[in-house]
Amino acid sequence: MTAYRVEIRVVPRKGILDPQGQAVAGALHALGFGDVADVRVGRHIVLETRAGDPESASRAAREMCEKLLANPVTEDFEIEQVVPAAT
Amino acid sequence: MKFGIVTFPGSNCDYDAFHAVVDTLGETAEYLWHKDHDLRDSDVVILPGGFSYGDYLRAGAIARFSPIMQEVVAHAERGGPVLAICNGFQIACEAGLLPGALLRNANLKFVCEQRHLRVENTDTRFTSEYAPGQIVRIPVAHGEGRYVADDATLDRLEGDGRVVFRYCGPEGAQPEDAAPNGSLRAIAGIVGENGNVLGMMPHPERAVDALLGSADGLPLFESILARVGA
Repeated sequence: MTAYRVEIRVVPRKGILDPQGQAVAGALHALGFGDVADVRVGRHIVLETRAGDPESASRAAREMCEKLLANPVTEDFEIEQVVPAAT
Repeated sequence: MKFGIVTFPGSNCDYDAFHAVVDTLGETAEYLWHKDHDLRDSDVVILPGGFSYGDYLRAGAIARFSPIMQEVVAHAERGGPVLAICNGFQIACEAGLLPGALLRNANLKFVCEQRHLRVENTDTRFTSEYAPGQIVRIPVAHGEGRYVADDATLDRLEGDGRVVFRYCGPEGAQPEDAAPNGSLRAIAGIVGENGNVLGMMPHPERAVDALLGSADGLPLFESILARVGA
């Protein structure tokens, strides 16, 4: 078993109104970033877990997302990175 | 009739529910701690409002895994009535007792005020004491009450008469901004497939006494007594 650091990105699904993202887009426009077309605000989860290999760590993270970390009705998730955890 | 009122860490409407059931209706109630595995012979379970687990991750996401929720889900599957109010509604959706999800209010504001609702279906065990189409005044108090589901689910809910409460104007008009939170189709409350689980964002337990602003929530509890107790 090795300790892995898994990084997960959870974002509101496209097509679902994200008022937080819209508010941030409005603020960016007000700051002069007029080229910003769309903002969605999600969350970035970093967790450490023990697993036999990176694939099983990733598989476990996927299951965690399906069960708890993301809401399948409104959010999409992506396992961004699985790296050995610094010890 | 006995009501079981679940207390999660962060619940804050459990006392209001107790007051409605015991002091106003004269029924019995017991608080059920979220770590327990026992509904203590409750006939009706209330999932009350509040901020269970600080709304961390998503409102209701962590509470749905509390030990008591296994018993609540089993109770619901046996056809037992569950009244899920506000945070309770969020928990019920996360637990899969009801379809859809409740997201941040479209205007990003926490809304705390009396709102008008239309009773869309009186043939449920939660609404039989209302008149069809009755407009009621019941307070809302939430920051994440925007009901969202895909179109197919919304159509099915509408078709099956499972949209029980809808936000509306004082006279029953249906302006674009009737919902204080941007809920799709202005949905305020729905029942599950078998009609025994009601989820709603407004607080009927805070509307049981005209002296405190409204008694329009009372018929909801009386419906439970009439339909479930019979």
